[in-house]
Amino acid sequence: MMARGLLDLLAALGGRVNGAVVRLGFASRFFLAVLAGSGTSLRRLPLTIREIYFAGVLSLVIIVVSALFVGMVLGLQGYDTLVRYGSAEALGTLVALSLTRELGPVLAALLFASRAGSAITAEIGLMKTTEQLSAMEMMAVDPVARIVGPRFWGGVISMPLLAAIFTVVGIFGGYLIGVVLIGLDPGSFWSQMQNAVDLREDIVNGLIKAAVFGVAVTLIAVFEGYDAVPTAEGVSRATTRTVVTSALAVLALDFVLTAFMFRGV
Amino acid sequence: MMSKRIVDIWVGAFVLGGLASIMFLALKVANQSTFALAAGQTYRVQARFDNIGGLKVRAPVKSAGVLVGRVAGVRFDNESFEAVVEMELDAAYRFPRDTAAKILTSGLLGEQYIGLAAGGDTASLKDGDTLKITQSAIVLENLIGQFLYSKAADGNGKKE
Repeated sequence: MMARGLLDLLAALGGRVNGAVVRLGFASRFFLAVLAGSGTSLRRLPLTIREIYFAGVLSLVIIVVSALFVGMVLGLQGYDTLVRYGSAEALGTLVALSLTRELGPVLAALLFASRAGSAITAEIGLMKTTEQLSAMEMMAVDPVARIVGPRFWGGVISMPLLAAIFTVVGIFGGYLIGVVLIGLDPGSFWSQMQNAVDLREDIVNGLIKAAVFGVAVTLIAVFEGYDAVPTAEGVSRATTRTVVTSALAVLALDFVLTAFMFRGV
Repeated sequence: MMSKRIVDIWVGAFVLGGLASIMFLALKVANQSTFALAAGQTYRVQARFDNIGGLKVRAPVKSAGVLVGRVAGVRFDNESFEAVVEMELDAAYRFPRDTAAKILTSGLLGEQYIGLAAGGDTASLKDGDTLKITQSAIVLENLIGQFLYSKAADGNGKKE
């Protein structure tokens, strides 16, 4: 009896791992297919531009508003701590470094996953459910090149831009609290920031992070949509999975990238 | 369905806004001008110190308070048991050969940087030169130790 139960447990574990590996393999082949078909989708630029509009421009409102509040909270909390050590002037450094290195790319990616990633999954999933994808294949139109490619590239292009906008608006939020409200000296706010922030180390690395997150989130979104079970429930599950998986992927990737990029001296 | 033109305009504005943000980050936040120290526009000099304190790579090198370069590397010389600090100086600035390097601290507890005090030699420093005159970092613990020691010595002197 006991051995039987153990074997069942083992089988359940093995089944899950097998399923995960198969899905991962399918996802990587899908990624290669998207890359192979991206020539077509980039040549038909209007399609990609339309997706940049949906993924990027329509995410601007949530990105800008969240960035402003994140920057203002950083300003308030940072000031509260720094003033105890008599170094409130370092507020600019604190706000700029935390935004360029971490908060800008990560929060922008999380917001992007829930705002744009879920929409992409739902759209592609619904296309699959209503058999639009199969119809395209019938007409000898490759749905990966025609539907998935533009959405993928739209997301990949939008993400670093959104992260940069997030960072700038966040720094502006910190400036608003630090300089306008609390009354720090604007000169030292900017100059301390400029002394501490390095173009290559901090800003370029932040943008690389944002680009990696953009690829990861958009790939997960299009894959979940393409792979969705073609029912109403399946699409809803796929949408949920997109948000959960992208959030986990972004945070895990962030750890790995940070470990590689900012090893300190 | 929105007209194609409006979509194009919005996307154009979005991309411009994103690029403007990147430019802002590069120029206003990171101050590109101080980091335009690309390979060809700098020269490297070395300095040996007994103790570098908390000096880090990328710490500023200043002369008369003006940023003239950055610390490129710190290593330990196992022959002379000294710290060797490599500095990258902006090629726009020339210093005499007998320039002195000191490790200074900005503020009481601030970051450490290298201060260059120009000498009087007519020849200029070249790439790969070593600064001869150096002054090590002041380590707070040693300073306190010396202070206590001299106080104790004073106290003994008065008793006798």
